[in-house]
Amino acid sequence: MSLLQSCPNVNSKPLFLQPAVPDALRLEQALSLLSQSGQGQLAGAEGSMPWLQSLIDALCDLSSRDGLTGLANRRNFENAIARESDRVARSGEPALLLMVDIDHFKRINDHHGHVAGDLVIKAVADALNATVRPMDLVARIGGEEFAIILPNCPPAFGSAVAERIRARVEGQVIALVSGQPLGCTISIGGAYAPQWVRSTPSVWMERADLQLYRAKSEGRNRTCLEPTPVSVVSAEEKGLLFASSIFGEDLS
Amino acid sequence: MNTTTAPRAVAGRRARITAITSGKGGVGKTFLSANLAAALARQGEKVLVLDADLGLANLDVVLNLFPKITLHDVFTGKNTLDQAILEAPGGFSVLLAGSGMVEYSRLTPEVREQLVSVVQQVVPRFDRILLDTGAGISDVVLYTVSLADEVLIVATPEPTSLTDAYATIKVLATTQGRRDIRVLVNQVSKPGEGRVIRGQLQQVVDRFVSPGLEVPVKLEFVGEVPIDPSVRDAVKRRQLLLECLPGSAAAQAVIAAATRLRA
Repeated sequence: MSLLQSCPNVNSKPLFLQPAVPDALRLEQALSLLSQSGQGQLAGAEGSMPWLQSLIDALCDLSSRDGLTGLANRRNFENAIARESDRVARSGEPALLLMVDIDHFKRINDHHGHVAGDLVIKAVADALNATVRPMDLVARIGGEEFAIILPNCPPAFGSAVAERIRARVEGQVIALVSGQPLGCTISIGGAYAPQWVRSTPSVWMERADLQLYRAKSEGRNRTCLEPTPVSVVSAEEKGLLFASSIFGEDLS
Repeated sequence: MNTTTAPRAVAGRRARITAITSGKGGVGKTFLSANLAAALARQGEKVLVLDADLGLANLDVVLNLFPKITLHDVFTGKNTLDQAILEAPGGFSVLLAGSGMVEYSRLTPEVREQLVSVVQQVVPRFDRILLDTGAGISDVVLYTVSLADEVLIVATPEPTSLTDAYATIKVLATTQGRRDIRVLVNQVSKPGEGRVIRGQLQQVVDRFVSPGLEVPVKLEFVGEVPIDPSVRDAVKRRQLLLECLPGSAAAQAVIAAATRLRA
């Protein structure tokens, strides 16, 4: 039975919306949250099924977005990366994960204040959004940390994509409230999803994080993608591997 | 022998899946898989060895079993899984790839689906599944290993084997997030050599692989199997070492390794 059939239209409002009715839905807070976030426009007549559906859709959307930047939030990102790593494991299609971190963000906050910090975060978010394809997911996963999932991104293009994002942020000038121009840079680490392998999103993220760490320690404002293939054993590694006396005669 | 007495599914039973891999071929991986299975079976486990070396299977040769129905027939839908699971001489079950699996040596979506489906079906019916993978670090091998709960690397003291074992460990640690990898050293020429080799691998892993990983990679020593003429005898006779020469030093070493594998 539909919700509406049970609610005869009295006082032009459905019964389930009337505050005097004991079991009425309490939607005031949801509606005010939506209007506050600029999503107050709902489809259909108040109390109609399409209206309720659009209310639920708007709430879902709200709960999956980051309030400051409008990007996907961490929860949304975690769902998306789990889906994507499952998909790659089955399809073998290459997918790239980029971890992005604003360089010296604490310094920006300390020197220019939190309002400026927020402006920088928003500007970086916009730049990321503007440089990727519509199918890619850009998320804010922490204070000054972002992640981008790029499905079906061939390995040959990975570095170019990451570099384009980095260059875009570096080239942009942010106007502070004071009118003072401010620039910022980002570091990017990236790794491809393990193809055809049952893996976990956390392993994928750890690999991309490791590359981000490398980009930071190599001086920031740069991109580092996981080198392939990882199965190559360097001369240095071999040297240590055979350092023991038991190989004394075997190797010369 | 050659009867289809595959155990039924038991509520709550979930096999521990151990992938046995080596990087380099010819280190005795399949021989050890079969004999470890026999040792585990003696210790009370219901064991299945799945011949996952789809392109170049030779578990059938080691066990002297040449069944009419193989994994190939299961993949093509000609036979059921039950018909393909055989009782091996050592008191464990086997699923043999058989010849004619060459078309499965590449990791197509079909091969992936089939492998997962077979593994899912056998998991509730055994205590332990040994996945005998092919040599190398191909995508089929890596995929097979990714289906396992734990990995056992077989290496020999030879530098080429050691290099390939290390490369395998590195790939598994970085791409699959493996942090506990077991090491079994075959063909050691003096007692203690296996431990030295594990230590050597661990040292290189500590230096080149673990930095940057949140949790370091730990190599667990499972055992060492000495060079022993009885191994060659058993292989020539196409019998399990544990069946024909159970008192030999190599057989005893395999039994000890099985015990550590269960810990």
